[in-house]
Amino acid sequence: MRCMDIRKVVQVLEQTAREILTLLQSVHQPSGFKEIPSKCQKARELFCTVRTHLGELKTKFPVDQYYRFHEHWRFVLQRLAFLAAFVVYLESESLVTREEVAQILGIEVVREKGFHLDVEDYLAGVLIMASELSRLAVNSVTAGDYSRPLRISNFINELDSGFRLLNLKNDPLRKRYDGLKYDVKKIEEVVYDLSIRGLSKELEAGGDK
Amino acid sequence: MSARGEGYPRRMKTSQKTDDRDTGANLTSPVMAAFKVFQQELDTKHDKHERLVKLSRDITIESKRTIFLLHRVTSVPDVEEVLTEADLKLDGVRLNIRMIAEELRGEDLHQFHRAFTPGIQEYVEAVSFHHFIRHRTLISLEEINTKLVFVKEPEDTPEGQQPMGTPQVLTFQVTPTDYLLGVADLTGELMRMCISSVGNGDMDTPFQVSMFLRQIHDGFSYIGNTGPYEVSKKLHTLRQSLSKVEDACYTLKVRGSEIPKHMLADVFSSRTAMMDQDEGMA
Repeated sequence: MRCMDIRKVVQVLEQTAREILTLLQSVHQPSGFKEIPSKCQKARELFCTVRTHLGELKTKFPVDQYYRFHEHWRFVLQRLAFLAAFVVYLESESLVTREEVAQILGIEVVREKGFHLDVEDYLAGVLIMASELSRLAVNSVTAGDYSRPLRISNFINELDSGFRLLNLKNDPLRKRYDGLKYDVKKIEEVVYDLSIRGLSKELEAGGDK
Repeated sequence: MSARGEGYPRRMKTSQKTDDRDTGANLTSPVMAAFKVFQQELDTKHDKHERLVKLSRDITIESKRTIFLLHRVTSVPDVEEVLTEADLKLDGVRLNIRMIAEELRGEDLHQFHRAFTPGIQEYVEAVSFHHFIRHRTLISLEEINTKLVFVKEPEDTPEGQQPMGTPQVLTFQVTPTDYLLGVADLTGELMRMCISSVGNGDMDTPFQVSMFLRQIHDGFSYIGNTGPYEVSKKLHTLRQSLSKVEDACYTLKVRGSEIPKHMLADVFSSRTAMMDQDEGMA
C-alpha cells in the first residue's frame, strides 16, 4: 500500500532531521558558539541527503494528491523548515524566506508546480525556531555573549509583529502561535537582566532600544 | 532566571510598549512585507473553506428534506408523485454541488474535503434512498457521479459575433469513502421505512428491505476494519438497524397471519416504541 512506502521514506527523513538537530543543538554549549559557521556548513551538507529523500518521497504518490497524504509528512516537514530557518539565522541573523526553505529542501513553493511547502508548515517551522532562539538567548548570556540576546530580541519582536498581521483560525497553527508570547517574554527578561546590570553596551548606547 | 519582585512586571510593560511602536511602524521591512503576503494567502484559503462549509450545510438541509419527503411513499397512494417531487429537490441539491465544483476548480480537493464531506454524504444518502424506492437496488458510485457532470455553455456573445470557446465540462466526483459513509447512513432510513411500511399493512416491502439491508451489511462486514476509520464506526449502528428489521420480519412472519391487517399497525407501533427506547439508551 502507498502509505507503507510513504511511511518508510518519512522515517528516513525523520532520522536525518534528528541528525541535523543534534548537530545544531550543540551551539547552546559555551564551546559551541565559536564553531557556529562550521556547524552550519555541516548542516547544509546533511540537507543534501534531505533533498534526495524528499525527491524519493515525491514519487510515492500521484502528484495531484499532495493533501490526501499530507498528514504523513507534515510533522517532519515542519521540523525541516525549522532546521533550515535555524541554520539561516545562525549564518546571517535574518529570517529565512519560504522560497529559501523550499530551495534548501529541494521542493516547490507553489502547489501547482509539484511537491510544495505549505505556508502553514513554513510558519510552524518559524515558530519552532522562535522557541529555540529564546533558549539560545539564555545560553548566550551563560556563555558570556551579552550582545546576541539583544539582537535575538529585536528579531523575535519583529517576528511577533509579523504574526499579528495574520488572521488565524482556531487550528494547530494558532495554538503554536500562542506559544510565541512566552518566547518573547523570556527573551525580554534576559534583555532586562542584562540592561539593569549595565552588561549590555548596545542598550546603553542605543537608548530605548 | 529567578523569580522577580513586584516592580519587575511594570518595567517590562513599558519597554515592551516602546518596542511595539517601533516595530509596528516598520511595515516596509522584508519580514512585515512577507507576512502581509502570508495574511492574504491564509485569508483566501479560509474564505474558500467557509464558502464550501456553507454550501455543504445547504446540501445537508435540502437532502434531509428530500429524505423526509421520500418516507411518505409508505403512506400515500401515488408513489410516482413523491418520487418526481424528490427528483426536483435533488436537482436543486445538484446545483449546489455544481457550485462546490466551481470552488474546487484548480484546487487540490483533499485540502478542502473536510468542509464539504458532510453535505456530500447526506446527498449520497438521499439519492440512494430515492433509487432504492424506485428500483429496489443499490445505486452505484458510477451512477451517482454520472449525474454530477456539469456542462457550462459558452458565454452569450454580442450579436453578429461567433460564440467563443467550446462548452466547458465541470465534474464533481464523490470519493469511495464518502459513498460508503452515505450508504451506511442510508441503512438507518431503510430501517425506518421498513417499520413504517409494516404498520401500513404492506406485506412485501419489509422483506425486500430486509434482504437488501442484509446484503449491504454483509458488504460492510467484508470490509470490516480494513477501510477508513469512519466506515468501521458505522458498522455498529448498521448491525442494530439490521437486527430491528430482521425482528420485524420475524414478527410479521410468525404473527402476521393471525392479526387482522388493520391491527398490524398497533403491533408494530408498540414494538417500535420499545426499540426507540433501546435506541435512546444506546
